[in-house]
Amino acid sequence: MDPFTMDPFIELDGVEKVFDVRRKTGFLKRERHRVRAVDSISFTVARGEMVGYIGPNGAGKSTTIKMLTGILTPSGGRLRVAGIDPSRERKRLAHRMGVVFGQRTTLWWDLPLIDSYKLMHRMYRIPDARYRENLDRMVELLDLGELLAVPVRQLSLGQRMRGDIAAALLHDPEVLYLDEPTIGLDVISKTKVRDFLRQLNAERATTVLLTTHDLQDIEQLCSRVMVIDHGRLVYDGALAGLHEAGESERTLVVDLERELPPIEAPPPARVVRVEGPRQWLAFPASASAAGLVARIAAEYPLVDLSVREPDIEAVIAKMYAERADRAVS
Amino acid sequence: MGSGRLYLAVAVGGFRRYASYRAATAAGVFTNTVFGLILVYTYLALWEEKPGLGGYDQAQAVTYVWLGQCLYATLAIQGGGAEKDLMERIRTGEIAVDLYRPVDLQVWWLAGDVGRALFQMLGRGVVPFVFGWLFFPMALPTEVTVWAAFAVTLLLATVVSFAIRYLAALSVFWLMDGMGVGQVLMITGVFFSGMVLPLNAFPGVYGDVVRVLPWAAQIQMPADVLMGEAEPLGAFAFQAAWAVALLALGRLVQSAATRRVVVQGG
Repeated sequence: MDPFTMDPFIELDGVEKVFDVRRKTGFLKRERHRVRAVDSISFTVARGEMVGYIGPNGAGKSTTIKMLTGILTPSGGRLRVAGIDPSRERKRLAHRMGVVFGQRTTLWWDLPLIDSYKLMHRMYRIPDARYRENLDRMVELLDLGELLAVPVRQLSLGQRMRGDIAAALLHDPEVLYLDEPTIGLDVISKTKVRDFLRQLNAERATTVLLTTHDLQDIEQLCSRVMVIDHGRLVYDGALAGLHEAGESERTLVVDLERELPPIEAPPPARVVRVEGPRQWLAFPASASAAGLVARIAAEYPLVDLSVREPDIEAVIAKMYAERADRAVS
Repeated sequence: MGSGRLYLAVAVGGFRRYASYRAATAAGVFTNTVFGLILVYTYLALWEEKPGLGGYDQAQAVTYVWLGQCLYATLAIQGGGAEKDLMERIRTGEIAVDLYRPVDLQVWWLAGDVGRALFQMLGRGVVPFVFGWLFFPMALPTEVTVWAAFAVTLLLATVVSFAIRYLAALSVFWLMDGMGVGQVLMITGVFFSGMVLPLNAFPGVYGDVVRVLPWAAQIQMPADVLMGEAEPLGAFAFQAAWAVALLALGRLVQSAATRRVVVQGG
């Protein structure tokens, strides 16, 4: 148990969400079946914690966030945020939370950015002085000064994302849900967003729950990561532990002079794919690539090579597969 | 009071949003003027053959045409107001963003649509109407009280129009797509609002039915109040009754939609 569980801000206890899906199987014929999007999940997040919430597409991440924000009602289990049942008191909780969906925007598309902020001012009934102070701070930290008068539809993706993050924080929420906040952003924008989030968490102790496909988001921001797959929590702990638990692998891509039979690599490295003169080798993420590269260079007509880091989807997929194996044996 | 300022801000935003599309507005003014001309000459030919059709004389028929062109975009007779944005937001799942705000969804969209309607009337509706007034004999009142009553019917017409379109938009929660509903809205809107012919001119049982449908609150009522063909209080009551009934139904459907329907998209 970690020490944070002493002051739980978000509490989930056996939370489930079951959807009835009707599928057309023929003319006028429909088949009903139940989908467990979230299957008995329990965790707590302490006030001021910054937690990564990851998993492959369709794992149940967004469903969890929708339940936390009160948009969806859980089918079972107990869920509390700041002691409030979100789906019953959605509007009351709305004043205390901020949400940023990377692929959606809360901003007024056709109007200058500042108009959306004025609207937030009214919507959350932020006291005037507080609003001014927060806006000035956001403008400075997120570099929005030049953008305030620009219609949102003319902003770049990175600019819009920064604008959205500011909009979600003007009312000093106690908890911030971020769904893919860096998706599609360039390196500079990503860095800006991450720096800002780190500072926000340090200065205001804002609780942050972050879903992402970008391993670097987690590495740079979160001390704790939760992995969900097929609606179940499969990992909850430090990021370092995730790589071990997932026995993740890196990939070495080599281009040879010509088409050759698969390279005979020293185990545990092995060829996983061959396409013409190009071959893919998998080897443990913890091992150095140097030895392997030297050996291939010595024995094969090497033209070019590159190393690919394990992507989070692969880590999780592997982890899940192993979990399933263990359950069988 | 605090929320009053919020919805006022939303209405102002709705107004400014549409104001930001100047070329579309200019094109709309042109279109409504041309359509007005076509309809005026058609009506004049018709009224020549059938004088007093629907209880209107020729000047009233002409007035009806230009008022219809003025209110066409204002009341989003063919759709294209708040409901279009709302359908798209439901379809894409973008509606989730609206749902986690501490606001009333229906009042929020109504406020935005009223702002839109006000812009469409001033920016797009007034010019064709003035054009008609300059070049054709029209039956317009001189009393300020009649114009005031007309203004009230316009506001109520806007609310009824919104309420119909809001209900239609909510259906996308179940249908997952707004294309079909949009087309139904367009056809019913054009026909039952009296864009083709005044509802007064429809004969028999058919006419009796269309004149009590909610669409009758949109162009027919304001036109009849403006031209002294209907008692203002009766018109207000008719419009208000439909507004209340449809908004209430909208709230009912809205709570069902948000409670049990999946918000689309990841």
